[in-house]
Amino acid sequence: MSEQPLFKVTIDNITIEVPAGTTILNAARKIGGEVAPPAMCYYSKLEGSGGKCRTCLVEVSKGSEKDPRPMPKLVASCRTTVMDGMEVKNITSEKVIDARNGVVEFLLINHPLDCPVCDQAGECHLQDLSYNHGKEGTRFEFQKRVFKKHDLGPYIQLHMTRCILCYRCVFTADQLTGKREHGVLDRGDHAEIATFIEKSLENEFIGNVIDVCPVGALTDKTFRFKNRVWFLKPMDAHRDCPTCSGKVTLWNRGDEVYRVTARKDQWGEVEDWICNTCRFEKKNTSDWVIEGPRLIDRHSVIAQGHYAGSIGMNKPNETFKAVHNGREPKLLMDIHSVSNVNRPEITLSKLDRPAHSSDFKPNQD
Amino acid sequence: MGVKLLLDKAHIEGIRSFEVYRREGGYKAVEKALKEMNPESIVEEVKKSGLRGRGGAGFPAGMKWSFIAKPEGVPRHLVCNADESEPGTFKDRYLMEHIPHLLIEGLIISSFALGSNDTYIYIRGEYAWIPDILEQAIEEAKANGFLGKNILGTGFDCNIYVQRGAGAYICGEETALIESLEGKRGNPRIKPPFPAIQGLWQRPTVVNNVETLSAVVPIINIGGEEYAKIGIGRSTGTKLISACGNINKPGVYEIDMTISVEEFIYSDEYCGGIANGKKLKACIPGGSSVPVLPANLLLKTVKGEPRLMNYESLADGGFATGSSMGSGGFIVLDEDQCIVKHTYTLARFYRHESCGQCSPCREGTGWMEKILKKIDEGQGKMSDIDLLWDIQRKIEGNTICPLGDAAAWPVAAAIRHFRDEFEWHINHPEEAQKRNYGLAHYADPIHVPA
Repeated sequence: MSEQPLFKVTIDNITIEVPAGTTILNAARKIGGEVAPPAMCYYSKLEGSGGKCRTCLVEVSKGSEKDPRPMPKLVASCRTTVMDGMEVKNITSEKVIDARNGVVEFLLINHPLDCPVCDQAGECHLQDLSYNHGKEGTRFEFQKRVFKKHDLGPYIQLHMTRCILCYRCVFTADQLTGKREHGVLDRGDHAEIATFIEKSLENEFIGNVIDVCPVGALTDKTFRFKNRVWFLKPMDAHRDCPTCSGKVTLWNRGDEVYRVTARKDQWGEVEDWICNTCRFEKKNTSDWVIEGPRLIDRHSVIAQGHYAGSIGMNKPNETFKAVHNGREPKLLMDIHSVSNVNRPEITLSKLDRPAHSSDFKPNQD
Repeated sequence: MGVKLLLDKAHIEGIRSFEVYRREGGYKAVEKALKEMNPESIVEEVKKSGLRGRGGAGFPAGMKWSFIAKPEGVPRHLVCNADESEPGTFKDRYLMEHIPHLLIEGLIISSFALGSNDTYIYIRGEYAWIPDILEQAIEEAKANGFLGKNILGTGFDCNIYVQRGAGAYICGEETALIESLEGKRGNPRIKPPFPAIQGLWQRPTVVNNVETLSAVVPIINIGGEEYAKIGIGRSTGTKLISACGNINKPGVYEIDMTISVEEFIYSDEYCGGIANGKKLKACIPGGSSVPVLPANLLLKTVKGEPRLMNYESLADGGFATGSSMGSGGFIVLDEDQCIVKHTYTLARFYRHESCGQCSPCREGTGWMEKILKKIDEGQGKMSDIDLLWDIQRKIEGNTICPLGDAAAWPVAAAIRHFRDEFEWHINHPEEAQKRNYGLAHYADPIHVPA
């Protein structure tokens, strides 16, 4: 086998040599840290993924050694391969940061932002992304889009309102199960992930769509509302499984197994696909051989301690002091007594869509 | 009268049938190309002609043809893009409906030049009756030995298939068209690889517009050099313009690209002036996605030169003060038209047609539509104008395919040139519901700095 030529590529002034055919994103991931662009739709294990979310856009300031012209537009780093002598700007380019902020804003305008009740919170890529690139306020003043509910069977919960249409689950179902029964229906901002003819997904490996989903659109029904991920302790474990590798991460609290997921690498990508039996049905510690605690490079906003310190390190009181930074705030107004949110006659639970400020307006009649 | 190369025979009765078309000199170009020329010399001839793609982007056709990869043993394909969905554009429809054999003839020559034995016409679903016309023309050509096996005894086999789309604007984008042709969801592919390397069924493919492929016929007939003499500069040959809007004579016109915009709108040979004796307010010169221009910038460039109907002159001044030839959908707006409503209508179209694959376009088009609707209904705020500008700026250039740009440009141009009208709408919400802003200063002479 002939040796693959190595290409020299400079990303954010850091030079690295990668084999020809590597994408800019993967080259940047080799450098690691902040240089690696975020990716919401690209998944190295899924063929054809990427290019859709546009969060990984980078500026190519020098095309290659042979053709040094810069690329006219920002390019999707997950689908652009490196050239020898290429110079790429990611976080050092204002254009990139500006475009990325724009993409995050676009992704969020129709996202319900229901993180407090979402099972994905704490390990949600969109949460991280919006923390790093989002604005604190919104400029979107309209009702968010809603979808009819689809039932995907006993194990998987689909929340289309949270979906960012990354297509990862479609690729997973297509490439892993060989029997795709769900896909994207409709187009534009009313496009949705749905099963054809409301069929439930029945395949041994379909549970992996939960792991590949970057947001809380596909969640585990056996874990739903049971616990928050940051309270759980991830443990590497395995079992002798006839269908899959059996290598999983258990999420425990005490001795209780709350959920089972595939092992994920530092980019949040699954290392080995696991089967539905392992994922949904083996919820006893006795089913598993525990290997030890899983060291997860927790990318989540909570784990990274963006809010205050690292979780588990600081007690809430100390956290508060750090947040207050010497100030001593006083409660000026009890918001519960003045806000319409708590008016019992408005039953928000009856809404079939995310609540909007107009729902809180006093009744006219 | 200008030169006519495509529509010169369109008025002849019965030209739709093979007999009449053949009697009037049709299929001579096929005979010449297949018997006297070889694929390379045809590509060379098209290159010499300077023919530019008529679908909107204006990319030199000969150059595109020469990019096609020729790996050993892999079939190549030519696909004719008849998914003419750009609002305001209906030239291909006219061509296919009236002289279908011209397209078939162009397709045979182009297929020969590119080595495509299976050639496809992808036609938009809304043109429900045209596939029948095309299929009949194909049958007739086959019956007379111009299609099928061993055409004219040259050993070249070619079949043409007509594929109907299901009514999606996005399938006019070449990679989405290929996906749709393969029977998949019409999502644009991420480029590279370009279709010339991996197109239909991963084989090298060239996708060309109906008018481009039809123009190959006169190029072969009169020769590339002769063809290049028509027109100005890099805008060679003739162009079909589908004129619509508030004009006296809407329709499809074939122009050689030397006439001025003013002549095109006001002369009786073409549009015949603005309807009902009104005044010209604005115009979209190349189909809905290109920037709208106010009357003063449309008729004269900022340098004070009269603007001509060709690629370079219409684009003069970039998008700041110019526009683009686009697909030739010439939409004229008179003084009674409201730019805000007009922009809203376009935004609604792009929102509806966005495929939903990449986030800026999927979410941005819907957002722009909502804001424009709000302004149009008199609920707008001043900050909405800046917000619109910001949204379009973040869509443009950041999407997979040009639909994002196409959605952003009309909004950008409307704000750039008609900002005062948007402001008036917001400041006078009640009045704006009753009357239009009118001609305002848009037709005033432009100040040319010395």
